Amino acid sequence: MTIASPAPTAMLAPALASLIAGRRRVAVFTVVGLAFACIVLTLVAIGQGAIAIAPGRVAEILMARLSGDTTLLEGRDVLVVLNIRLPRVLLGLLVGAALAVSGALMQGLFRNPLADPGLVGVSAGAGLAAAATIVLGDRFLTGMAMKLPFAVLPFGAFCGGLASTLALYLIATRQGRTSVASMLLAGVALGALAGALTGLLAYISDDRQLRDLTFWSLGSLGGASWTKLAAVAPIVLPLLLAMPFLARGLNGLMLGEAEAYHLGIPVQRIKAMAIVLVALAVGASVASAGLIGFVGIVVPHLIRLAIGPDHRLLLPLSALGGAILLVAADIVARLIVAPSELPIGIVTAAIGAPFFLWLLLRRSSALDV
Amino acid sequence: MSETAIISGQGLGYAADGRMLVDDATLDLAPGTTTILIGPNGAGKSTLLKLLTGEVKPSAGSILIDGEALQAIPAWRLACLRSVMAQHARLAFPFSVYEVVHLGADGVGRALPRQRREALVAECLAAAGVLDLAGRRYQTLSGGEQQRVQFARVLCQLEAGRSVAGRQVLFLDEPIASLDLCHQLALLDMARSIAARGVAVLVVLHDLNLAVTYADHLVVMDQGRIIAQGPPAKTLDDALLRQVFKVDLSLSRAPAPGLPFLLPQQHRALPAA
Repeated sequence: MTIASPAPTAMLAPALASLIAGRRRVAVFTVVGLAFACIVLTLVAIGQGAIAIAPGRVAEILMARLSGDTTLLEGRDVLVVLNIRLPRVLLGLLVGAALAVSGALMQGLFRNPLADPGLVGVSAGAGLAAAATIVLGDRFLTGMAMKLPFAVLPFGAFCGGLASTLALYLIATRQGRTSVASMLLAGVALGALAGALTGLLAYISDDRQLRDLTFWSLGSLGGASWTKLAAVAPIVLPLLLAMPFLARGLNGLMLGEAEAYHLGIPVQRIKAMAIVLVALAVGASVASAGLIGFVGIVVPHLIRLAIGPDHRLLLPLSALGGAILLVAADIVARLIVAPSELPIGIVTAAIGAPFFLWLLLRRSSALDV
Repeated sequence: MSETAIISGQGLGYAADGRMLVDDATLDLAPGTTTILIGPNGAGKSTLLKLLTGEVKPSAGSILIDGEALQAIPAWRLACLRSVMAQHARLAFPFSVYEVVHLGADGVGRALPRQRREALVAECLAAAGVLDLAGRRYQTLSGGEQQRVQFARVLCQLEAGRSVAGRQVLFLDEPIASLDLCHQLALLDMARSIAARGVAVLVVLHDLNLAVTYADHLVVMDQGRIIAQGPPAKTLDDALLRQVFKVDLSLSRAPAPGLPFLLPQQHRALPAA
């Protein structure tokens, strides 16, 4: 470049090079650390429960299953690992990753570190639909009453989340441009409305329905099965696969929508893609594991503290972090009142809510401009 | 001029809330030319710039880039053709200065090897005088430092796009508003040297003396309309100052280059129109 004076570049380039190298070291360290933690936690989580299985034995069973070596696959612990614990932990990994990545995406999209899938009405809509299924289901669908509400509930929650997100998107889009500000405000309004209707449903419900409602709204990985996993995975995977494409766009959006457009980023396409993928992933998560709060806020923020706000790293590491947090929370939920288990939402909220308050107190110094 | 112009705006209009923010503006940006846009607050300078960058769609008129309609050019190709420094740039999350400048090379410079991109970022940091701030968080910088970092980012995009697009345009909307005198002059010098290698440069400025000094082509706007445009020495006169800027001051002529200049020392307020 002709305009750069060569002297200062030559002099200060080593400082810059060491800066870049330092950042890369932190990033590599975080990736390796989180990946290691994720693997260890997975083995521990599979081993822990009424029948305790050592992590080494768990690894052995999993390796044998993967390599197709059936000679090692005998005994009761094999059945427990492969049919009960593994789907549960895999669902935890998947839902945790989906919630954390959705949070990171929403925060990038709204340019606000406090944004969460709950904010755009996905959770509220899914919650309302689930409550409606529980409370009204066996009144209006008497023919199928034997199967209700648990067969229809996940599907209902999924549709509810998708419908509310779609409504929000239509409200906030004028002439092909989606206003992030009006979407945020409309999300708050729709969330309040959905909350009121859910409250009304709770008011008219009987004791059994109220118990179902409460349990579901606190979240649980208890109902995990291979069938459920097979239904959830295809809906969550597009979000995880789209991360590299979305990351560059979200980085540009940090400067503002106009600047992102000037940088050559297809702003409208990024916004639409992010919203649809988040609606799908969170809808599927809520449908399969109930309402699990705060993962979407806590995890991306912690990752940002470690490696900075670059979405090319933030999104995949949030996926890893969310998976770790949810599996760890599930271990706590199963341990703390064993042999019974606590709804996992209680654990994540107990971790998340104080963290959220701390975030608000710190916000002026760390996150405001 | 319209044969050689890179960007050519014809009869541009833009209405918001029933008011014409830009009205029947015709403007060509030619390669190698520094065009400076002046006018009072609310004259429509920024809006005209936003029309020419494609950020907002005109409600009247047409914009051609090398003969092609602006609307028909996808965002990624526009990004190679032109680089834009907006008036305000706030950052949502605490990126480092290095990362902010790197954003300029991320999309447009995708085809470049990583080492080349990193060298480009370093060169642009140095060119904008912010190399020693590279590791700092953007939010902790002063307004003037942030403005220089944004300039570095814009330079970086322009340089990265150079390998793709031959003819380029640089838009700067009040790029020196928060800068001290030394950095004001340095930035405008650099804008001129960029123009000297064939880029069409459009700058919105408030300082009339700097505008006259740095402009090849001066454009004066008032109430959404282009009132006058041409070489600075011929475009600015006392009557225009009274009419557009509502000041009763006389221009003087500097001895050496003969450019008009203004000393706002004997200013009397004009009666309200």
